[in-house]
Amino acid sequence: MEQFLQQLTNGLAVGSIYALIALGYTMVYGVLKLINFAHGDLFTYGAYLGMTLLTSLLLKDRLGMVAGVLVLAGMVMGLVGLLGVILERAAYRPLRESPRLSAVVSALGASIFLQNALMLVYGARYQVYPEDILPQTAVSLLGFEIPLMRIVVFLASVVMMAALYLFVQKTKIGTAIRAAAIDQGAARLMGIDVDRVVLVVFLIGPALGGAAGLLVGLYYGQVNFTMGWIYGMKAFTAAILGGIGNIPGAMVGGLLLGVVEALGAAYLSIAWKDAIAFCVLILILIVRPTGLLGERVAEKV
Amino acid sequence: MSRNLAVAYGVATVLLAAAPLVLDAYWVDVLNSVGLYAVLALSLNLILGDAGLFNMGHAAFYAVGAYTAAILSTRLHVPILWALPVSGAAAALFAALVARPVIHLRGDYLLIVTIGMGEIVRIALVNDVLGLTGGANGIFGIARPSAFGFRIRRPQEFFYLIWAFVAATVFLFHRIAQSRFGRALNYLREDAVAAEGSGVNTARYKLIAFSLGAAWAGMAGGIYAAKMTIISPESFSFWESVLLFLIVILGGSGSIPGVIVGAFLVVGLPELFRGFASARMLVFGLAMMVMMVFRTQGLLPLRQVRFKHSDLVKAETAP
Amino acid sequence: MSTLLEIRHLKKSFGGLTAVNDVSFDVAEGSIMGLIGPNGAGKTTVFNLITGNHQADRGTITFRERALLGVPTHRIVSLGVARTFQNIRLFQQLSAVENVLAGRHCRTRAGLFAAALRPRRQRQEEREALARAVSELTFVRLRDCALELARNLSYGNQRRLEIARALATEPSLLILDEPASGMNEQETSELVELIRRIQQRGITVLLIEHDMSLVMRACQNIVVLEYGEKIAEGPPASIRNDPKVIEAYLGTEEV
Repeated sequence: MEQFLQQLTNGLAVGSIYALIALGYTMVYGVLKLINFAHGDLFTYGAYLGMTLLTSLLLKDRLGMVAGVLVLAGMVMGLVGLLGVILERAAYRPLRESPRLSAVVSALGASIFLQNALMLVYGARYQVYPEDILPQTAVSLLGFEIPLMRIVVFLASVVMMAALYLFVQKTKIGTAIRAAAIDQGAARLMGIDVDRVVLVVFLIGPALGGAAGLLVGLYYGQVNFTMGWIYGMKAFTAAILGGIGNIPGAMVGGLLLGVVEALGAAYLSIAWKDAIAFCVLILILIVRPTGLLGERVAEKV
Repeated sequence: MSRNLAVAYGVATVLLAAAPLVLDAYWVDVLNSVGLYAVLALSLNLILGDAGLFNMGHAAFYAVGAYTAAILSTRLHVPILWALPVSGAAAALFAALVARPVIHLRGDYLLIVTIGMGEIVRIALVNDVLGLTGGANGIFGIARPSAFGFRIRRPQEFFYLIWAFVAATVFLFHRIAQSRFGRALNYLREDAVAAEGSGVNTARYKLIAFSLGAAWAGMAGGIYAAKMTIISPESFSFWESVLLFLIVILGGSGSIPGVIVGAFLVVGLPELFRGFASARMLVFGLAMMVMMVFRTQGLLPLRQVRFKHSDLVKAETAP
Repeated sequence: MSTLLEIRHLKKSFGGLTAVNDVSFDVAEGSIMGLIGPNGAGKTTVFNLITGNHQADRGTITFRERALLGVPTHRIVSLGVARTFQNIRLFQQLSAVENVLAGRHCRTRAGLFAAALRPRRQRQEEREALARAVSELTFVRLRDCALELARNLSYGNQRRLEIARALATEPSLLILDEPASGMNEQETSELVELIRRIQQRGITVLLIEHDMSLVMRACQNIVVLEYGEKIAEGPPASIRNDPKVIEAYLGTEEV
């Protein structure tokens, strides 16, 4: 029971991170029908930026713990969001009218480029986060000791997801995003500025991904320039699991994948942990490619 | 085949045949790598370039072939050249099995699934699946090949083995391109619905393209195992698949000479600029982006011209 | 005339939308038959059901006493049913003659080993396939464009190339989905002439078309669909005067 609860909460924390990253995949896919392969690397940039800003600006000493971390998160999200917008301009916008697979290749190229740029700056080795940012204590829950960081990660993710959900449902630009996801051409005819929608999507998705990177840095304490690809693959799996293009689906898929992976690693085999997500991915694409919450769409002949 | 292309192949053959006589062992070894990657990329080109199936897990097929050869060599003492057909068959069988349930998926999904398949294979190798693959350390002590009682061990000797394999591959793949089979793969790439509607069994051709490409990668894997005498899972990582993908896309997807040029660029060129070795993937990533914007078809998009006016006239007037 | 294609109680829905509902009709061997109806009446869905691109929910399709439901598309082609597409689907990066050769695929045999070894049988087969492809190009009057890429052809020529590709499969039934759409008067007249020449080769033609003058000129028999259901069937003269058709499809306009 103790182990189960520990793994469950761990799975929920990691899963909420997958969900945050998955939102970026699913929003971009919803509007552009493009898998943004470089999204995982934007996540890594969030983790590295967080580390650099933490060590260079000494925010905690100047602003205190809570305010310092919040300001840090804001800066990381802003910068990674900006990077996302630049990425869209450089690698995807020129290919909007090209065959879809050209954009896929360009996305892969962007991913390789971003990853190696990071390696050239920071080196190939693991980088360590400053240790004393958040208290390494545990809280008692149902008589078990749960690390505080887990709860922080989970709550932070849930708050951001809820904010996104409200944004997409309640605001004008959110409605425009949903409209463009259903039918870009029709949205354009209704006077929606699709370029602006794409811009917003490439700002918010990477911003959330960057926040996820920061959370991973704080949670695990170390980061690596290649970590974006494995996190990206898993988050993409989460997006597919929930139904790509579907925002609540990405959240459900992320949490589910995190829990399945944590329990699988604990009860089946730790050595095969990374294979679990890939098996889930392949199975879902074979059995139900539209995911849990997605709708089936017939191909037009 | 056009006259110019035939001349280019002739010149390349002469230059390559003479290369081991003038180059030192290091550079011969570089050319060996280029040759091996050329074969691998040509085998991927069959799947990716000709049939248009986005396969980003080609290293898995290469790995299955290499491990098959290594296991046959170290456990059963089968001579490595005899093991090559088995390597190819094992990789083809594996490809057919894993591709069957996912082959109908659309381009970008297939790409993701093949990445997953490649990673599962690598993780399985690290975890010493079946107790045969030696885990993370891999397999060592693979015997050198021998042909006609002559033992191949120096880079110069491997050079002729590898480039003979390249030549055979090029010859065979040109013939395939110029046939009913090769055309069927192109129909698949251009429009699978229209191909099916014109009477092509698209599911079957997708599977055969995968299996044939995998078989060739598997044989290349066998040669790689013999050349290195040690193989381990890290030689078959995701980045190997990316590199092969890159060679095909940069060189010219669907173009045999393009892919060979791509192998020289991606594998050979970084050796000339050793100082920039760590930046090479950065440059390649950038090249992929720039290429898609300005030159989607690759550097040398020499698709074979299948027919000439004279062919048509001859066909018309034949009894 | 005997019946070539027999459709009975065909039904297909997508999600909650019933695209085709209890449709039955026969196509007589050697005839030219038209399938008309307003947009969204389910015409293309009927075609997709015949060629196996969609699976029917209910009903039967019988082609020469053979049930077609559940048979994969490429098999249906080799049984003798060929089609063109509403939104032209050519192999854009390949030459016209290679496009037509696609149609020869199901009538030829050479596999991988024949490609590698090139035995005499394979070379003979290639020669014959090429000859047939060129003659189909000549038949649709595209011989001069044989080596041009499909994407470089004009719109009307692309439609004709699709017909040549379908003819190369040696069909008994040719299904044309809006063959005249996007064509001018001149091209449409040539198309009518082409469809008649196809009929003269003994091939039965089933077509969807919005151009009423073409349908009335070319077809011997017409089936009218509306909201997925058949509302009329008969020769052009009777369709033209059918009050149900005039009301549902043509409005008050004169044909």
